Amino acid sequence: MSHDAMPGHDGIDWGEIRRRLAERQGPEYWRSLDEVADTPEFQELLHREFPEGATEWTDPVGRRQFLQLMGASLALAGLTACSSQPSDKIVPYVRAPEEVIPGKPLFFATAVTLGGCSVGVLVESHQGRPTKIEGNPLHPGSLGATDALTQASILGLYDPDRSQVVLRTGTPSTWNAFVSGLATQLDSGTQPQGGGLRILTETVVSPTLAAQLQAVLAKFPAARWHQFEPVSRDTVRAGARLAFGETVNTIHRVEAADVIVSLGSDFLTTGPGAVRYAREFASRRRAETPATALNRLYAIEATPTLTGGMADHRLVVRPDDLESFARGLAVRLGIEVGGHSWRPTPEQAKWVDALARDLAAHRGASLVVAGDEQSPAVHLLAHAMNRALENHGRTVVFTDPIEAVPVDQGESLGQLVADMQAGKVETLLILGGNPVYTAPADVPFAEALNKVAFRAHLALYEDETSALCHWHLPEAHTLEGWSDGRAYDGTVSIQQPLIAPLYGGRTAHEVASALLSDPRSGYDIVRDYWKSQRRSGDFETVWRKALHDGLIADSALPAKVPTWKGVIPAAPSVAPQGLDLVFRPDPAVWDGRFANNGWLQELPKPLTKLTWDNAALMSPAAAERLGVQSGDVVELTFAGRRLNAPAWILPGQADGTVTLHLGYGRTQAGRAGSGIGVNAYLLRTAAAPWGGSGLTLKTTSARSRLASTQGHQTMQGRNLVRMATAEEFRKHPDFARDPGDHGAGHQPSFYPAHKYEGYAWGMAIDLNACTGCNACVMACQSENNSPVVGKAEVLVGREMHWIRVDRYYKGGLEAPETVHQPVLCMQCENAPCEPVCPVGATVHSSEGLNDMVYNRCVGTRYCSNNCPYKVRHFNFLQYADDRTPSLALLRNPNVTVRSRGVMEKCTYCVQRINEARIQAKTHDRDIQDGEVITACQAACPSQAIVFGNINDPKSRVSQLKAHPLNYGLLTELNTRPRTTYLARLRNPNPALEQG
Amino acid sequence: MSTAPVYGLLAEFDAPEELVAAGERAYADGYRRLDAYTPFPVHGLAEAIGFRTNRLPLLVLIAGIVGAGAGFFSQYYAAVIDYPLNVGGRPLNSWPAFIPITFEVTILAAAATAVLGMLALNGLPQPYHPVFNAPRFALATRDRFFLCIEATDPRFDSEATRKFLEGLGAKEVTDVEP
Amino acid sequence: MATHPETGPGMPSTPIVTPGYTYASVTDKISVIVLSGTTPLSWFAGFLIAFGLLQALLLGIGWTVVFGLGTWGINIPVGWGFAIVNFVWWIGIGHAGTLISAILLLLRQQWRTSINRFAEAMTLFAVSCAGLFPLLHMGRPWFGYWMFPYPSTMAIWPQTRSPLVWDVFAVSTYATVSLLFWYVGLIPDLATLRDRAKARALKIGYGMLALGWRGSAQHWHRYETAYLLLAGLATPLVLSVHTVVSFDFATSLVPGWHTTIFPPYFVAGAIYSGFAMVLTLTIPIRWLYRLDDFITMRHLRNMANVMLATGLMVAYGYLMEIFFAWYSGNPFEMFMMLNRMTGPYGPFYWALICCNILVPQLLWSERVKANVPLLFLIALVVNVGMWLERFVIVITSLHRDFLPSAWGMYYPTWVDWAIFVGSIGLFLTMLFLFIRVLPMISIFEMRTILPSPKPRPAAAPGAGPAGD
Repeated sequence: MSHDAMPGHDGIDWGEIRRRLAERQGPEYWRSLDEVADTPEFQELLHREFPEGATEWTDPVGRRQFLQLMGASLALAGLTACSSQPSDKIVPYVRAPEEVIPGKPLFFATAVTLGGCSVGVLVESHQGRPTKIEGNPLHPGSLGATDALTQASILGLYDPDRSQVVLRTGTPSTWNAFVSGLATQLDSGTQPQGGGLRILTETVVSPTLAAQLQAVLAKFPAARWHQFEPVSRDTVRAGARLAFGETVNTIHRVEAADVIVSLGSDFLTTGPGAVRYAREFASRRRAETPATALNRLYAIEATPTLTGGMADHRLVVRPDDLESFARGLAVRLGIEVGGHSWRPTPEQAKWVDALARDLAAHRGASLVVAGDEQSPAVHLLAHAMNRALENHGRTVVFTDPIEAVPVDQGESLGQLVADMQAGKVETLLILGGNPVYTAPADVPFAEALNKVAFRAHLALYEDETSALCHWHLPEAHTLEGWSDGRAYDGTVSIQQPLIAPLYGGRTAHEVASALLSDPRSGYDIVRDYWKSQRRSGDFETVWRKALHDGLIADSALPAKVPTWKGVIPAAPSVAPQGLDLVFRPDPAVWDGRFANNGWLQELPKPLTKLTWDNAALMSPAAAERLGVQSGDVVELTFAGRRLNAPAWILPGQADGTVTLHLGYGRTQAGRAGSGIGVNAYLLRTAAAPWGGSGLTLKTTSARSRLASTQGHQTMQGRNLVRMATAEEFRKHPDFARDPGDHGAGHQPSFYPAHKYEGYAWGMAIDLNACTGCNACVMACQSENNSPVVGKAEVLVGREMHWIRVDRYYKGGLEAPETVHQPVLCMQCENAPCEPVCPVGATVHSSEGLNDMVYNRCVGTRYCSNNCPYKVRHFNFLQYADDRTPSLALLRNPNVTVRSRGVMEKCTYCVQRINEARIQAKTHDRDIQDGEVITACQAACPSQAIVFGNINDPKSRVSQLKAHPLNYGLLTELNTRPRTTYLARLRNPNPALEQG
Repeated sequence: MSTAPVYGLLAEFDAPEELVAAGERAYADGYRRLDAYTPFPVHGLAEAIGFRTNRLPLLVLIAGIVGAGAGFFSQYYAAVIDYPLNVGGRPLNSWPAFIPITFEVTILAAAATAVLGMLALNGLPQPYHPVFNAPRFALATRDRFFLCIEATDPRFDSEATRKFLEGLGAKEVTDVEP
Repeated sequence: MATHPETGPGMPSTPIVTPGYTYASVTDKISVIVLSGTTPLSWFAGFLIAFGLLQALLLGIGWTVVFGLGTWGINIPVGWGFAIVNFVWWIGIGHAGTLISAILLLLRQQWRTSINRFAEAMTLFAVSCAGLFPLLHMGRPWFGYWMFPYPSTMAIWPQTRSPLVWDVFAVSTYATVSLLFWYVGLIPDLATLRDRAKARALKIGYGMLALGWRGSAQHWHRYETAYLLLAGLATPLVLSVHTVVSFDFATSLVPGWHTTIFPPYFVAGAIYSGFAMVLTLTIPIRWLYRLDDFITMRHLRNMANVMLATGLMVAYGYLMEIFFAWYSGNPFEMFMMLNRMTGPYGPFYWALICCNILVPQLLWSERVKANVPLLFLIALVVNVGMWLERFVIVITSLHRDFLPSAWGMYYPTWVDWAIFVGSIGLFLTMLFLFIRVLPMISIFEMRTILPSPKPRPAAAPGAGPAGD
């Protein structure tokens, strides 16, 4: 923790202790005055004490980190009993009794906001402890699915490293002390009308908070409200303003598009609406019959994205070529462009030609998407092309912005820093965010901050920013407080708390209300706001329905037709020099806010399969030229700043382009997230937030060990992921089948096949839908209490994910085809793992499940050796954290927490099957198709995973298994897997096929 | 058991051949309760003194058969009758997989019987035996060969028997304390 | 059939025992090693080294039990590492003892007499070392007894389709039978020690163990029958044990393991490594205790010949593995073989080929076989080679199997090494104790192959235990 960075501290402050004890609610125990006072001595004691774990001795580096994840904090001892229901009224989602039935989870609808967009979720709550996040089927941005970050955010709630007390210059204080302190500070303000007051928030999509802040500004007319977050959509907004003279929110109707062109966009997996877009995209990739027409996706990008991986054609261009390409394409589509001098390569020319024809052939049914990180010009061009192609109103819909007050955040932060340096700022409230860490390197936020007389920071962690503020205020986690937010289409969801704040944290709403000096509970604030918005009708019913459904009916912003004001400027004539640098939000830790989230740190990044690190991604050709291996540390110099980062060779990366993911190199993230990876913000400038050219790269002699979970990238010519073009599929519908096999993939056997009466569970995974987004991996980890093992263990190949997404490359190094294949236990009918177990710890259930009996397992690992899919995972050490009280609250009570020395693996979420069985029995009926939804299936945005009873010919899974594309993995071993795959189809443009 | 003042008479010889010859003679002379002691197995000696029957092989055979049965049926019982489980889709009675253990148990039973049976039939362990009282008998485990005619033999007569033994060319004939 | 030289190709007329020994002198020369009050310093030196290594084993075991298998180098996909390699290696070494004492007995090989006791002891100690590993390599070794069939509260039995349970039965049976065989052989010699010991304590001690053996003709008669039956039973047993061990691999579906040739080729390998180990041990001890009269060049030469023969069988096994991989047309098998030779563990493969196939070819030369130090060296090389063979089989087959996405590497940790080296320490410690307290050569069997002091023209003198 960050105490060492705190201003000097002298002994124990008795007054503080009394206040603090008075503050505490709930059965909270304390052991010593030091503990209550939370002195650095005590903190050190904790740190000295808890590595008294066995494993640390064996491997000082790795083990310690592993233990840090186990993070036992004595200070939490009292909290296990502290998970009381919030006193406010909230409404269960399912038709469940108001009072809690032990053992019966309740589901509550709420919302999670990230990167300026909310998405509706349902949270499973066991006796008042939220344990699992699911998508909200009623919510347009979710449709029942979620992404990996949302899934993992529940771990953040129970993170023992979260800040637990109000800190004043590093010593424990109270909320009351802060409120009074703030009041006196505002009264003593030297400038009239609160001129010295500044509020810094992240992107605000909460109407309530916006209204509150407006009220604050009304109260202090001279005060200012700034917004900044590192992964903002400034360029998107700027592009819209260029095109329409106003900021609009762009919604894509992916479903309606036959031809999609992605200009460096990752719209399938990141950004507002991604979950929805993935669903819509997948719905156009399912070949029900060989005749089905699929959509076609072209991706033009500099650094590989998952969207690019799904593309039928992927063109690799340098980042600055992308705008030229877009311009060229626009010109080819007959769009007026102010001067255009571009020398395309033959391939680019061929592409422009082919794309233009294809797009033109699908007017109104095509779609051009520009990536959030692309320049405003690219967005303008995309708008122009969609307009020229008559897509506006068809595949592209505009609404008012979902941000309450859309501003250029880079500019906004710049102004704030300027004011701070000019000494104009006396009081600064930072509500969320971590600007000291995330501000661009050329914006001296940290030093300017020191010029502010009164600075307070509301955040989940005592992070880099808190360290420089007078006041640190513990923020309530999304699942702890009331709020609201707008989804990608403007739909408003009410965020309800699932649990009373574990550490007495508060929301931005409550802090804002303190500013307005009418302190109210978050519940009242949010409810009153929406009451005030409601002119007519019975508010109570609407409110209850909104809470129950997780969204306010018809609150989506109305579609509008903005008038076209776009004038496409001439191409900037800057000759690119040196290499190109590209920044991207990290697929796991995003902008760094999830740095202390062990699940996300250990989540293999979709393309590199890296865990616990970020790296400078570079093309194989460049690596070859420079003689760089993956793991070699290289020195990056950009805009006069230097950064050493380990290199990672990424096939499909544009040559001469280096990609850095944001969010690493944190210094005060917590025990899991501090001091790992490199801090890309140190190279980021306000002018080039997403990178630019002029990067120089020097090799160094240093090396660093990167923990990747997949060492081999090709299929070695093995028929694992089966692929064909739609055309070939039409010609040979059976291409995916094994020769001589008629569907089931069964080989002859001496033994009679086992008969399965009643239910026979099976799964089908559609490789046409799988984007490789990892949502399933996080969902599985959350559902099944999977442990985090730490980098050292991942390095030796001991990660514990029950489902992994294998990523294979096909074709050349420079622009390979990327395929993803989720691999979980195949639940083989002739399971090779079973006969070799000496104690019968893994055997078959009557429904064909390959059961793992943890308490019988002696850990010979023979089953894993004999598993051709290597989906079994072994507890080589005591991985499950049985020390941290707060993590005990996180566990799914229906899944055993595995101990050291036992094997574990995917169970097809047997606990969910049994839940459904109980339901069915109480209603005296059979389990219906679709009643059992596995965790991975529920989370999957593109519905790639289908689970059900294969004995029921009408079930969806049975129909998929009858599909000509259905095939089993390694069926030649006659394992008779219950999990099968649907072969992947490409829908290439003949014009681009040759060559 | 024997009320005689001595257990028997012990004659000592230098070479196995002499002992065998002596044994044959004694047996021919009608002595029945006699035994020979040698530092190593001497071919034909046991037959010479009229010891022919040996039930050990039969015992071992029976034990082997019982072991085989027990070996297989305990597995069959566990896998088919007592706790039938679907293991990797194999039939409950996967008899080929039961063969190795059946074999091992067979060997174990037979081998154990061979050893224990041998000791039992030999009446071992037997810490005390009168012949140990003979002063020079310790050499029976080194390089000397002994013939002992026991007092319980109906034709035993301390004088006559002693003469008879000396007649066989024994180096020395001594009484054996009971 | 006592002392007349065997007839057969290339058998020299060297006697098995240097002439001039009598029943008495043989008895004295061997038993004095045990009974003499003074122990040679060389013994203490060797024992201390062995005992030191044993401490490494204790440390390794303690570490593993306290902290978990995570302290080893194993992972997914390489779920088995040193533990299984060592297990197979030790079991293999054990086989030579049984082979010498049982099979050579049935084959009426008289030269076995002076080495069988020692080889049997080696078998016992090797098997007890081997027995450690299956237990240690469990995730929860304290539940090892679940492998045995007993009416448990879980109402469940061992899963006897699993080769690991076969192992449990095979190895425990093997250990038991070897112990019985060894002990039965010892009884008459224990009686000898009883009768020759001066100290009362020794008299009582050996007396207890001797069970009151008095060399009665009737006893000898049954004794020989039992001994012969044991030999007859031990012979199929020893062949079955390494067959079962090979089933651990052969019955799986891992490319490189799933091979029908494994049973015979494992048995050959076992005897190969076993004889290598017997040579490695007898050569120094023979020199140390001046036993050249009993363990003559003829013994060494015979053992060298057995090594050469079994070595060639093993070589044939290697060739067949390669051939099958190609002939099967199975891409996984073909890749496995290629990866074994040229992959990251390729050097180990070539090292094992060198140790197990090339070097032993020197044994064709009589001059090499007559050169004791060189013989010792070759035996050592074969020991190493056979360990490497098991390493290559276990590791290279696992680390790259079916799905490239799941491939990995294996690097042993210091704990792996400690346990491996420590097991050698355990073996040697037991061996040193054995040669100090028990006759390392079967005295009574030695007597049977000596000429009689007064041979009678008519009858043949005493038959060996092989006599029926």
